[in-house]
Amino acid sequence: MNLLSYTLRYLYATLLVVISIWAILFYFKMISEIRDSLDDGLENDKMLVIHKVAHDKATITRAGFSEHNYSISPLRQQYAQQVKDNFKDTMMYTLNERDLEPFRVLTTAFRNNGSYYQLKVVASTLEQDDLVRSLLFSLLGLYIAILISILIINRALLRKIWIPFHQLLSRLKNFKLDQDVRIEISKTNIREFEELNLTVSGLVDQSVKVYGSQKQFIENAAHELQTPLAISLNRLELLAEDDNLSQSNLESVGKVITTLQRLARLNRTLLLISKIENKQFGSAGSLSINELMKIMINEYREFAASKNVTLVFENKEVLLVVMNRDLASVLMSNLLKNAINHNIPGGTVKILITDKNISFVNTGKKVPLDPQIIFERFNKGSSSKNSTGLGLAIVKSISTFYHLDVLYFYNEQHHFKVVFRT
Amino acid sequence: MKILVIEDEPELLEVIQQSLERQSYLVEIASTFTDALEKIISFQYDCILLDIMLPDGNGLQLLQELNQKKQLNNIIIISAKHSLEDKIAGLDGGADDYLVKPFHLAELNARVKSVLRRKFLGGNHQIELANLTLDLNERVVRINENELILNRKEFDILSYLVINKDRLVTRTALAEQVWGDHMDEADDFEFIYSQIKNLRRKLRENSCGVVIQAVYGIGYKLTAI
Repeated sequence: MNLLSYTLRYLYATLLVVISIWAILFYFKMISEIRDSLDDGLENDKMLVIHKVAHDKATITRAGFSEHNYSISPLRQQYAQQVKDNFKDTMMYTLNERDLEPFRVLTTAFRNNGSYYQLKVVASTLEQDDLVRSLLFSLLGLYIAILISILIINRALLRKIWIPFHQLLSRLKNFKLDQDVRIEISKTNIREFEELNLTVSGLVDQSVKVYGSQKQFIENAAHELQTPLAISLNRLELLAEDDNLSQSNLESVGKVITTLQRLARLNRTLLLISKIENKQFGSAGSLSINELMKIMINEYREFAASKNVTLVFENKEVLLVVMNRDLASVLMSNLLKNAINHNIPGGTVKILITDKNISFVNTGKKVPLDPQIIFERFNKGSSSKNSTGLGLAIVKSISTFYHLDVLYFYNEQHHFKVVFRT
Repeated sequence: MKILVIEDEPELLEVIQQSLERQSYLVEIASTFTDALEKIISFQYDCILLDIMLPDGNGLQLLQELNQKKQLNNIIIISAKHSLEDKIAGLDGGADDYLVKPFHLAELNARVKSVLRRKFLGGNHQIELANLTLDLNERVVRINENELILNRKEFDILSYLVINKDRLVTRTALAEQVWGDHMDEADDFEFIYSQIKNLRRKLRENSCGVVIQAVYGIGYKLTAI
């Protein structure tokens, strides 16, 4: 439920209650006002009748109401003295409606020439059920009119007012921290939205800054480590050339060199990822993936052979892309290396190029990989001690940088597919 | 052969110096711009290794200075910057080669030799060692004037080891040199071993005067018998 209908729901319910209570109060107030007014009229009629009776004897003997609004009947003295003015609602038959209609009756007593009489004065009063019905209908009309006006105001006005909010929301939805695009803020006159905009853009700016400095830190750290690592390796190489070293010493030096080389490789890979994410690669140019793969497969032929893996190249269609050559090489070599490394002796790697994508299909463990985690950093599928666990993370960084899709699926064999265009 | 190494990182300077001295070069060092400028003005060198980033000046200015002295065609720029602009600026300034830090000592050695060969042997691309002759341009190997048939990678391995004769060449350096930059991530160097095995067999069968020794777990060393 959105904010608009949420508020409206409560507004409608409250209005219903308020209008209903108001209707009841209004009804009783009106009834009592009408009675007061009728009673005053009857009071006046009573005095007129008594006055008239004093001069016109004939009226006193007339029975019933007939066409008049009063009736006079004799009364015994002992009753008459107890009679006080009494207002009452009653029903009387009316000709026009041919039914009993509500009347207000004033019953009183008076004395004329020593005799006592009872006097009843009537006035037609309003039909209460009619009043209630028409009141109900009018109020219902009012209620609906209010609802519709609120709805229209909300639709037209509130929607317009909320535009900056929705704009901000959709920009936030599209915002990605690693893409270094700031949030655009639209101008608004509403203080709350202005404040929200300022807060959000401040938060985003700060996040981007922190993220940037973190990336920068990784790059700097990797960069600073490079020289000491290289110097250590160089020194050990010089040491290993020393003829005075015993065989066992040489072995130890060899082991340290191997470990340091792994460290240097890991460091170089981190530096590479940082460079990709910091967009520090040169310009892109048109590039034939087919040509690149030919060179790559030639480079990897011996490596594959040493693992007893056959490379099959299906170079059917020409795939031209616009990419930085170095990055394209890194992307392809990592996927190829991955397919060779995680293979089985006697297995194959099939490289298939179409005009839209390139696929690496390899035999391997008969278990599908989890596509959610294989592209994560330091997720090592195998326990291979020389694997950095960064190969596919690099693939992901490069494909993110170029907005390419890298798909993985398992279908007896492992498929990695880079989609350049759909 | 007199070589000047201009590098502000003292440890790297020391390593480069040691490595070059093993090749029996006379090595002079400078770690600041001023120091380097003084040496360049006062002395003649057969080869200069020049770090572009110096604490008190830009190496490219030294390049201009050398340009004025007409003492060019023997400069190798060493720089941590992997950017194309730097490389172009360096090579346009008159440098002969460009080496990106960090580098393998074998690579440094090969570059220095290549520069010196160009300077002193006037485009002679033949290297002779025992009864082995390598023509780097024609990519031909001869043992006692008989051509030895090698595939591309075997030739690359042999020439790299010959250039670095009597020096240790690590497997990583060899893999990068012969197979390209992407191979360094390979999880083992089994594939190098099988190439070396073939190469050794071919050399032995043709009674070549050089042998390739394996240095335990590290790399290979080629020596003349």
